Amino acid sequence: METLMIVLSGVLVTVGTYLLLSKSLLRIIIGTSVLSHAVHILLMALGGLKRGREPLVIETEEAYVDALPQALILTAIVIGFAVTAIFLVVAYKTYEASGSSRVDRIGRADHE
Amino acid sequence: MNNMLVLPMLIPLIAAILLVFFKKQIKVQRSVSLAALLATAGVAVYILMEIEKKGILRLDFGGWHAPYGILFVADPFAMLLVAASSFVSAVCLLFAFSSIGRRLEELYVYSFILFLVAGVNGSFLTGDLFNLFVCFEVLLVASYVLLFIAGGKRQLKASVGYITLNILSSWFFLVAIGFLYGSAGTLNLAHLSERIAEAGQPPLFTSIGLLFLIVFSIKAGLLLYFWLPSSYSAPPPAIAALFGALLTKVGIYAIFRFFTLLFYHEPHITHKLIAIMAILTMAGGCLGAIAYSDIQKVISYNVVIAVGFLLAGLAVSTETALQGSIYYLIHDMIAKALLFMVGGIMVMAAGTSKMDRMSGLIGNYPVLGAVYFTVMLSLAGIPPFSGFLGKVLVGQGALASGSYILLAAAFLSSLLALYSLLRVFLSCFWGETIVSKADQLPMKKGWLVPCFILAAATLALGLGAESVAGHVTAAAKILADPQLYIDAVLGQK
Repeated sequence: METLMIVLSGVLVTVGTYLLLSKSLLRIIIGTSVLSHAVHILLMALGGLKRGREPLVIETEEAYVDALPQALILTAIVIGFAVTAIFLVVAYKTYEASGSSRVDRIGRADHE
Repeated sequence: MNNMLVLPMLIPLIAAILLVFFKKQIKVQRSVSLAALLATAGVAVYILMEIEKKGILRLDFGGWHAPYGILFVADPFAMLLVAASSFVSAVCLLFAFSSIGRRLEELYVYSFILFLVAGVNGSFLTGDLFNLFVCFEVLLVASYVLLFIAGGKRQLKASVGYITLNILSSWFFLVAIGFLYGSAGTLNLAHLSERIAEAGQPPLFTSIGLLFLIVFSIKAGLLLYFWLPSSYSAPPPAIAALFGALLTKVGIYAIFRFFTLLFYHEPHITHKLIAIMAILTMAGGCLGAIAYSDIQKVISYNVVIAVGFLLAGLAVSTETALQGSIYYLIHDMIAKALLFMVGGIMVMAAGTSKMDRMSGLIGNYPVLGAVYFTVMLSLAGIPPFSGFLGKVLVGQGALASGSYILLAAAFLSSLLALYSLLRVFLSCFWGETIVSKADQLPMKKGWLVPCFILAAATLALGLGAESVAGHVTAAAKILADPQLYIDAVLGQK
């Protein structure tokens, strides 16, 4: 199960990197979100995957899921959400200012 | 347990949230933000005194002891930086009052400056890896906003690159945290240090350490500084001064903490790599500082040179060199803020940032010229100013450990930094006065006063080095002996 998740995470990294290297700002932003999801899955896999267990230590139950990675992922998701929102605002402002969402066309008029 | 420890992060945070409700009342905004930062600096100095009496302090949040809960640790190294950064940002704020303009003041710029300071102070104080990540994000998000808040094309262009790069480096940070948790099973720095020491830092940990080195190198501008000049020269001068003083320092702090507390068992791999990166950083910074004729670029590349110099101290890693680096870190916060302020004033007064279009400013603004000369001497490390002691100690440490190449590079870079700043001085302040006395922009008091304060601070730090010597020595001792830190965090109190 962990192996599968790590492979999935790798696929997401590939997709994210591809998107990140494109010239359209929107694609770059989507790329960063995909990348962050990849790392969330990686964190989940590193914490160990046990199906049907709760993240609580109960005396009668032998196995439990490590709660820490889940807390980390939750925090990381919130932060990623905020950063993506800010990035979208910047992208919109850039589009307004330069009339294009392509990275290579931003600030072209700036060079006089 | 000492609840004081949370104040350096809490005061700016609460003040920032409070200011959101006073959008139009500029006077309230100014006084509250300044009061908050001065209070933060005061608290930091007080905690520093407490540490001197009681040793390293810690605050376990919610009463959960390390390694189970998250905590703030105040060791002298962290507290010195908290005090210095709060003081410098208060002065930058003073400079912002007169230079930033009403439009930005109504766009919550003071709130974001306070958020930035909260993030910076939190990063210095935290004793937990994931908390470090969160504090980094707090300061990064604030810095994104401060970078593009002026909203010009130049700022937007710079911020697109800056944000993308920092998202990527935060991503690497998360990956590295994940790997470290997966292999060590804890995120408390002291606990991690113990576990890595028990395992003897096998190659797995060393490679995770290198991953962290990449992350913090991007933030600190160590070798991976290509983003730095364009994003530091874009924002308004007050914000550029804040960036120049604080942002890279957090990355440098993290590198110091990680490679003295966690990954110190394989110095022939990690510290050698840091040494090589430091030399390349100094070389690249010098080339940039000498090549550009844009004042803001020259100043930004001077930040890069300082990063290389600071990390040279870590690469040597003897106690003397660490002391030197700590001195220099404090000095550099003050001096770089001052340099960015003076550069910003020059650009505002001359209406251009190109060196070849400026001349004879000393005829118009003799006092500004004197301040520039002061900061130049301070950065070059001329004795009465604060840069001197740091350079001497790093030099002594490098000599003692036989790292001659590093020593040569460090001092050559100082000379070239002096040359690059002298070039600005010769071309902008000397020569024929272009603007007549009648046409010149009047020099505002609000521009000069913060410069005077920082110039006085660099002189005071140079002359009164004795007063901080005790703290710096203690800080270097703790960096050199991780066991002291571990005992303070994991020991029962």
